[in-house]
Amino acid sequence: MGENPRNDRPGGRGGLQASPGAEQRRDASASDGPPSKKIITANWGNDEVFSLDGYRADGGYEALRTALDMTSADLIDVVKASGLRGRGGAGFPTGVKWSFVPQDTGKPTYAVANFDESEPGTFSNRELIEREPHQFLEGLAIATYAIGSHDAYVYCRGEFLWPDMVLRQAIAEAYEGGIFGESVLGSGYEINVIQHRGAGAYICGEETALLSSLEGYRGQPRLRPPFPAVEGLFGCPTLINNVETLCNVPHIVRNGGEWFAKIGPEKSPGTKIFSVSGKVERPGNYELPMGTALRTLLEEHAGGMRDGKRLKAWTPGGSSTPMLTEEHLDVHLDFESIAAAGSLLGTGAIIVMDESDCIVEATRRLIAFYAHESCGKCTPCREGTWWGARVLERIEAGYGRQEDLPLLEDLGQNMLFRAFCALADGAVSPIQSSLKHFRDEYEAHIAERRCPFTGRGPGVANETAEAPAGDRGLSEVLG
Amino acid sequence: MAVLGAEDRARASEIMARYPKGRERAAIIPLLYLVQSVEGHVTRDGLRDVAELLGTTTAEVEAVASFYTMFRLRPTGTHLLNVCTNLSCALVGARDVFEAANDATGAPHGGDVSDDGMFTVHEEECLGACDAAPVVQVDFVNHDKVSPERMREIIERLRNGEVPEPARGIAPTDFKHASRILAGLEE
Repeated sequence: MGENPRNDRPGGRGGLQASPGAEQRRDASASDGPPSKKIITANWGNDEVFSLDGYRADGGYEALRTALDMTSADLIDVVKASGLRGRGGAGFPTGVKWSFVPQDTGKPTYAVANFDESEPGTFSNRELIEREPHQFLEGLAIATYAIGSHDAYVYCRGEFLWPDMVLRQAIAEAYEGGIFGESVLGSGYEINVIQHRGAGAYICGEETALLSSLEGYRGQPRLRPPFPAVEGLFGCPTLINNVETLCNVPHIVRNGGEWFAKIGPEKSPGTKIFSVSGKVERPGNYELPMGTALRTLLEEHAGGMRDGKRLKAWTPGGSSTPMLTEEHLDVHLDFESIAAAGSLLGTGAIIVMDESDCIVEATRRLIAFYAHESCGKCTPCREGTWWGARVLERIEAGYGRQEDLPLLEDLGQNMLFRAFCALADGAVSPIQSSLKHFRDEYEAHIAERRCPFTGRGPGVANETAEAPAGDRGLSEVLG
Repeated sequence: MAVLGAEDRARASEIMARYPKGRERAAIIPLLYLVQSVEGHVTRDGLRDVAELLGTTTAEVEAVASFYTMFRLRPTGTHLLNVCTNLSCALVGARDVFEAANDATGAPHGGDVSDDGMFTVHEEECLGACDAAPVVQVDFVNHDKVSPERMREIIERLRNGEVPEPARGIAPTDFKHASRILAGLEE
């Protein structure tokens, strides 16, 4: 595996260039310093950086060299000054997270990279690894050094067979090239990397579940506190960062925290990869400054709505973030602005639905996902997702009842913030947001006794028709 | 009956040695992939082998194996077809692709394996390639923008003993081979 056998050649993918009109609210790139429009995807299109040699020829691992000459405290200060916030969904300040890991406990300290990307609609980490794996490994090495750790684990999504092979090869190259091992870049500081593949469980993207899985148990979340920073992997202090977060780190070390802090909005600095999918002309990953308006992303980058249809609903950060609507086209994509609009930036995964898509069916499909992925530990989540799926199935199939809408609302209220982890909250997001913005669609399904989009269901003429029996009766009807 | 032969036991020791001393249980996932690569799914004997290697009970190992969808505890076809039907794929026709996969393989809905033993069709959750929806994985490598026609063509080629070229990277020859790669061996 000497070269990158990507079959889609760079350049063959439209729209990866930042367009000149892209919104730059506080863009520092215009005057001086390194360009800020694209940071972590700047090399997409350059196949050379796939290999260690190519990456080093492009200045790769120089930031690691710089970092090794700094103290841990100074390094953490640089990342704090950058204002970088975690890209895995929660948006916690990365430098602060690093500072929480005690380095004087006498126990080993671990750095863990979360490459268990599985939030529906999210596909940025995969492409970051497939195109430039060493950018990520450099960030991981810097983070590992910053917290005084010698052992880094990469928890990889099992279904990412190929990206995981890319990473395995890159790790082997980095060992051979003196990046990892007993003396990182000849510094005398030792860092070892262990790649660990998961085996198909969305919940393992949640950091405490990830640790349970990595230790060889069922991937079930743990109660916090103690937080992983204090008691994480094997009971030792542990830092867990997302892949996209770590990819930003070499650039911050190279260009300084202040440089990064000047890009995008003050409280959500930097760029973000927005993964756009669904009903747009050019789905794909687009790296833009935080705070770019959805309209700019859709119209100038993702090619606009597919077939000229009208935007109906979109998720700002994957399936677990409340849906927004056409009304929110001018909302800026950053943590604060999205929160003010009533949703969450999450992973920046934008799933676009148009006027021909049924919101009840979309919600039903998402709840089916959460019911499948609930780890079963907490009752509100295990039971709530299962029953939520049943109620949504019967509405979509044309057997809904008037009392189903208050029932769904009540269900949501009994799940939200009542489980160990955020999976149940994520399941509530599509239910509550779709009821808030598209209640008329639910009511039409119930009144017409069919789905107005597919026509499926008994219809009003068939008022006495009974739903197919059995637990899976309706899901069989709906497919 | 032990599933792992002498050579595989040596590989199992290498896998366990990746983890800190006393933390060998962390190797449970790669060890399960290893036994899956031998028999094509994780059998009772396979669970027992892993338990023995880790010094724990078969029940403990089964508890873990049954948690994760990539471990197949029931008979599985030579090839595993994972068809994503989550939202981004569903919006652009994934349901028809899933039906085409069932239809062309003859594998029953929710069933284990087609009559000829060649295929297991699994309705999959998001595979993290939504820009290429609808996405299908054949033995865990991606095929992009798969139409029902393309799905039938892929199945036909697999039936003829070919390995269809994936969207990116290389493809394992079958599900057993994929499991071997997942164990961190033979790449």
